[in-house]
Amino acid sequence: MIEIETTYLIVLGVLLLSALMAIIRVVKGPTAPDRIVGLDTINTLVIVGMVIFGLAEKSVIYIDVAIIYALLSFISTLFIAKYLEGGEF
Amino acid sequence: MLLELFELIIYILLALGVFFNLLAGFGLLRFPDVYTRLHAGTKCTTFGSIFICGSVILIGLKMWYYGSTDGSVLAIHTAAALVAILITNPTGAHAIARAAHRSGVKPVGAVVDDLEKNSSKKTVNKKEGKK
Repeated sequence: MIEIETTYLIVLGVLLLSALMAIIRVVKGPTAPDRIVGLDTINTLVIVGMVIFGLAEKSVIYIDVAIIYALLSFISTLFIAKYLEGGEF
Repeated sequence: MLLELFELIIYILLALGVFFNLLAGFGLLRFPDVYTRLHAGTKCTTFGSIFICGSVILIGLKMWYYGSTDGSVLAIHTAAALVAILITNPTGAHAIARAAHRSGVKPVGAVVDDLEKNSSKKTVNKKEGKK
């Protein structure tokens, strides 16, 4: 039987693998919206990974950081989308 | 017996969430288009995050049942993070899709774009209104 902390670290590794594929899309992406889609996916994966890491390390402060990271990444995504749209603020 | 069932539910939720998050990565690599990539990258991560955060909430409730006050804090804060993800992720995806369409990215294989006339008329109206 695998210990439960090892399970969390395996989950974290698979999430980072998925984020690696999104990084490949950010580097390769032919247009600018492709890169933003990859960036948005990386943000969500980092939030979930922070929740899992806080559970594995038994410290709640990582989950608080994840909440703030979610809200700030949302604001940054909205600003980049507005910039692409080319309108006035 | 009941606690073993609880642990089994936790592991199943964790596996489902990880599967959907991995699917998001594959979808981002394999789909041909901005809009289809948006489907893969946003829907799959939101769906998988619901399962993973639900599993963490159940783990916190189990720790709380065994008499640790740390477990209740874990469950409540994870629920707050889940609410933040659920509100912000679809809204951001909608903003990206609108920006991609207005900046002139066409879907692959599209013949007729019904939204084109609409959006151009809307921008013209906005500019006239500001004058």
